[in-house]
Amino acid sequence: MPLSNTRFWTGAGIVLAALVAMAFSGINEYVFFAGFVVLQFVVLASAWNILGGYAGYVNFGVPAFVATGAYAALVMFKGLGAPLVVQIVFGAFVAGVLGLLVGLLTLRLRGIFFSIATVAVIFILETVVLNWRFVGGASGLQLSRPGPSLGFESYTRMLFAVMAVMAVAAVGISRYLQHSHVGQGLRALRDSEEAAECSGVPTLRLKLIACTVSGALLGAGGAPMPMYLSFIEPASSFNLSYAVSTLAMPIIGGLGHWAGPVIGALLLGSLQQIVTVTISSELNVLVVGVLLVVFVVIAPEGILGLVKSWKRSSK
Amino acid sequence: MAFSLDLLFEAVLFGVLLGGFYAAVSLGLSVAFGLLDIPYVAHPAILVFGAYCTYLLGTAGIDPILAGLLLTPPFFLLGILLYRFYYETFERRGGAEAGVRGLAFFFGVVFIVEVGLILAFGVDQRGVQAPYIGSSLEIGEFRIPYRMLTAFGVALLLTVVLTLYLSRTFTGRAIKAVGQDEGALRLMGADPVRIKQIAFGIATGVNALAGAVLIIVGPVEPSLDRLYIGRTFCVVVLAGLGSMSGTLVAGLILGITESIVLMMLGASWAPAVSFGLLLLVLGIRPQGLFGR
Repeated sequence: MPLSNTRFWTGAGIVLAALVAMAFSGINEYVFFAGFVVLQFVVLASAWNILGGYAGYVNFGVPAFVATGAYAALVMFKGLGAPLVVQIVFGAFVAGVLGLLVGLLTLRLRGIFFSIATVAVIFILETVVLNWRFVGGASGLQLSRPGPSLGFESYTRMLFAVMAVMAVAAVGISRYLQHSHVGQGLRALRDSEEAAECSGVPTLRLKLIACTVSGALLGAGGAPMPMYLSFIEPASSFNLSYAVSTLAMPIIGGLGHWAGPVIGALLLGSLQQIVTVTISSELNVLVVGVLLVVFVVIAPEGILGLVKSWKRSSK
Repeated sequence: MAFSLDLLFEAVLFGVLLGGFYAAVSLGLSVAFGLLDIPYVAHPAILVFGAYCTYLLGTAGIDPILAGLLLTPPFFLLGILLYRFYYETFERRGGAEAGVRGLAFFFGVVFIVEVGLILAFGVDQRGVQAPYIGSSLEIGEFRIPYRMLTAFGVALLLTVVLTLYLSRTFTGRAIKAVGQDEGALRLMGADPVRIKQIAFGIATGVNALAGAVLIIVGPVEPSLDRLYIGRTFCVVVLAGLGSMSGTLVAGLILGITESIVLMMLGASWAPAVSFGLLLLVLGIRPQGLFGR
């Protein structure tokens, strides 16, 4: 049974209030440091799902959008000393424009051609940043972040709360799009682009909308990174492991439904944090890779699909 | 930097050799992706894996080229197994999102191979020793490294062998046909799945020798495959899918372009060349230079 709007937003409001209240409690600082990453992945996976899940266009270029958001935020911070909110809005804006440009450039491309084109965007932008002195070039920049505001005890706690707001917003947008005519059109063009075009679905416009919104949300998710780490450098900002994690989460959760990426991000994101702390960060990429392969082979519909078939068989 | 004809000539000469090398590492992908339409993004990861296997045999005192040849049969088998698995789980099952999953599957394989190599060998660079690595052929004031000549030679040889195989033998012709019309092939008495399996085996087997060339040209590290996603796909797409001689020409174009950019702008811009060229080709002429 689909969730009604009132129920969804009541639930989202309660979750958000609980997360923000957590940020004011006395819990260990590290929880927020790790929780930030998990919530960030909720944003990224939901954003990816708009293009990859609804429309079937596999974007490998997530690091390009995340880094664009981060570097746009950095330019705002270093150039104008802008506050966090302005940095995030600007990061989302620039990444949205990048999404639109990528969409325009790749309109004719499908399947793997689209995916490879998005990989190309990562490396081209990384090369530009490597040669750009103002943002620190290859060696990166150390940043001194301002003190926390809004009554938060530390900057990390504030970022955690900000990311919680963004996660709820991203899930809301992704859910709204799924049920709107945009989502219906995207699903139609995923199944057959020709058939959709012939039935009067404006495939071109819908693809551009999906590219732009998805890009902007990915950028927004990356924008707080410079402040979170107090440091930024190209190699980690443009790291391909963002691409595999962000793609694995919706696939593991279930493609094409707003809840899929949320489930995938919460499970896989938490697992990654645990593996990073207890074993090593290399191994957490391995865990993502193995889980991704296992799920596409054994449970192609993801966790949502497993739940659905379990419900069906228990009836 | 002062521009001179001598420098340009040297850049072009180096570009030709580099281009041969790029063709050598792309030929397998040209078969797997160009002819069979399989979204084989794991090709560069297998390439680096081949280079590490060559390194392992090298520590036992085996010459890298010989090692590459020795590795070809096991890699052929690996390719057959990989295709068999891909076919059973994605091609045969089909479904609305089979394409997305197949792509995700190979992308997952990339990271499994990469991290596997990090865990086994660490992140340090590894290289091999051979008499033809490190020395150069000197003609007048030009110096041509033997390792690049070796790479170029292997590329030429592979291109000729693959072209002949694909045009002269029944299986070779069937491989060319399977991507175009499976039904017609079935009427000719050939099993499309078996043909694709052999083709994918060849693509992966060739990759073992290409991996040996990779570690001859320069030391390797586990994440090197990321750079070669751009280079190999650029070459294959530029060539027009599935043309072996086209792959050689496209490799030369990429090599020369990269070498000239290296000379004019410096090393930090070189990685963007292949990806930029790839985007350009995809945007303007997705069917490639020698496309069907």
